[in-house]
Amino acid sequence: MAATARRQQLQDVALAPLDWVEERSGLVGYTKWFLFRKVPRDITWSQTLGSAALTAFIVQATTGVFLAMFYKPDPVNAYASIQSITEDVTLGWLVRGMHKWGASVFIILMFFHMARAFLFGAYKYPRELNWILGVLLLVSGMAEGFTGYLLPWDNTSYWATVVGININATGPFVGPFLAQFLQGGLSIGPDTLPKFYALHMLVLPGAIMALIGLHLYLVVRLGVSSPPWSRSAAGRERPEAAAGRDGVGEPTTEGESA
Amino acid sequence: MSEEERDTQHLPAPSLWPIGFAVGVACILVGLVISVPALIVGAVIALVFGFLWVRDLMRAHPVTAAAPGAPAAAPVVTHADVGDNVDRATFLSLATIGVSGLIGAGVTLPVLGFGVLPSFVGDGVETHDVDLGPITNFPEGQYMIATYLENPEQGEVSRRTAFIRNNGSTDAGVPSFTAIFSRCVHLGCPVQPNGPIDEQAKQEVNGVELLPVLAASFGCPCHGGLYDSEGNRSAGPPVRSLDRYEFSIKDGNLILGRLFSVGHVEGVGATARIQKYYMAYPGVHVDGIESWLYPIPTPGSTG
Repeated sequence: MAATARRQQLQDVALAPLDWVEERSGLVGYTKWFLFRKVPRDITWSQTLGSAALTAFIVQATTGVFLAMFYKPDPVNAYASIQSITEDVTLGWLVRGMHKWGASVFIILMFFHMARAFLFGAYKYPRELNWILGVLLLVSGMAEGFTGYLLPWDNTSYWATVVGININATGPFVGPFLAQFLQGGLSIGPDTLPKFYALHMLVLPGAIMALIGLHLYLVVRLGVSSPPWSRSAAGRERPEAAAGRDGVGEPTTEGESA
Repeated sequence: MSEEERDTQHLPAPSLWPIGFAVGVACILVGLVISVPALIVGAVIALVFGFLWVRDLMRAHPVTAAAPGAPAAAPVVTHADVGDNVDRATFLSLATIGVSGLIGAGVTLPVLGFGVLPSFVGDGVETHDVDLGPITNFPEGQYMIATYLENPEQGEVSRRTAFIRNNGSTDAGVPSFTAIFSRCVHLGCPVQPNGPIDEQAKQEVNGVELLPVLAASFGCPCHGGLYDSEGNRSAGPPVRSLDRYEFSIKDGNLILGRLFSVGHVEGVGATARIQKYYMAYPGVHVDGIESWLYPIPTPGSTG
């Protein structure tokens, strides 16, 4: 009896700061409401690919912030600063490695996430808008990859970017202007690197964060879709399951008329 | 005077004209500081919107102003008319949105213009003439690889490579050179001469590195584009012939000038006929039906 009372006392002390915040902001309640939502009972690990991609993005954002403290975006110093991050800065090799390999992980996870949404039919009504937002996120992510690839300023990144920009230039009508915007002239020059750096660390991450916000808002609002093999759809039992049938793909007349 | 009339008669009719008037006044003030045309435009805006505003006011209250003893129904009708169009709350909302929009546009448009317009007016596209040294350094009939900094202020990032061949003289007795730019016209990789390079004969003339090479063709390492000795495509994905330089000879020195794009080269060396176009990006067609996809010359390439 005394032990229970003591335990209760400890719990109250531990939760007091949270209660203080909750009473003044309601944030604890909102966070619980956001995290502990109802989902279909038969979802699988494949529904976690979106969270995985989000985690990869957060890793990219965090490591990127710290790389930006040591990187110098001008043609004379860029390569040397990357060398210094890798060789001299404490744990710099690790942070740069996380950012470099994490970039591929982010893109790959976005593709897996997209494949899941496609194969499960999770893009269908009422989630079409979320598919569109996802496509914009994928495009922004690829643009991050393209702009980030130039930053090490070695021969691979230089010539890969030359080719990438000139592929843009072959676009009908607007291509040459797009290429000129990207490199600030008829060829890669001293303005190209700062421009790519600004796009890579300010413009595109901003766009991605805003899009992720909208994407998650719609996920919370519309809920998680059931897998195609689910016996319950959108929180309701399927008609064919109610009629005691096997269900998937089987035509039912009673169910529809019911 | 009825209760209703007293409530309504001093209410000014909601109107958008004062906003235009205010914009005009703001424009006048800015114009006073920076430019006479803006001053004139502001004055015109202020006059027009001021006139419309005053006209609206005159129309809204003619009855109350002119005939206080007129039937009581008249002002009420006027008020009802105005209320049907825009009531006070709607007007204030619209005005807030409009003014916010103006402020937003005022902040965004210059920034967008700064970010995007330079690409459309050809900023940073100017080319610099390059002095390759005495023409006697270029033996007749042989290609020389000339590596130079196009703009020494920019440093290594402006390093360019040209392939120069002395063709002797034209029939008219004018010195002739073939000056090819090494950028592949597929997607911009550096084209390499296919032939032995004579490293021993390397020369350095006022910052330009000259290397003789025995080459009858050029190849691109990236996607396998192949060009003949005049820069015409002989295999692979390139869409036109290699770009060339205009050149001049000053005090016996060979000067490379502007770059131009080449559709096709007929003939060889001093007697070649070159189809010349404005400088275009790699992968962009300059002739044939495909060139219709690129109707506007790249800014800065034509000036």
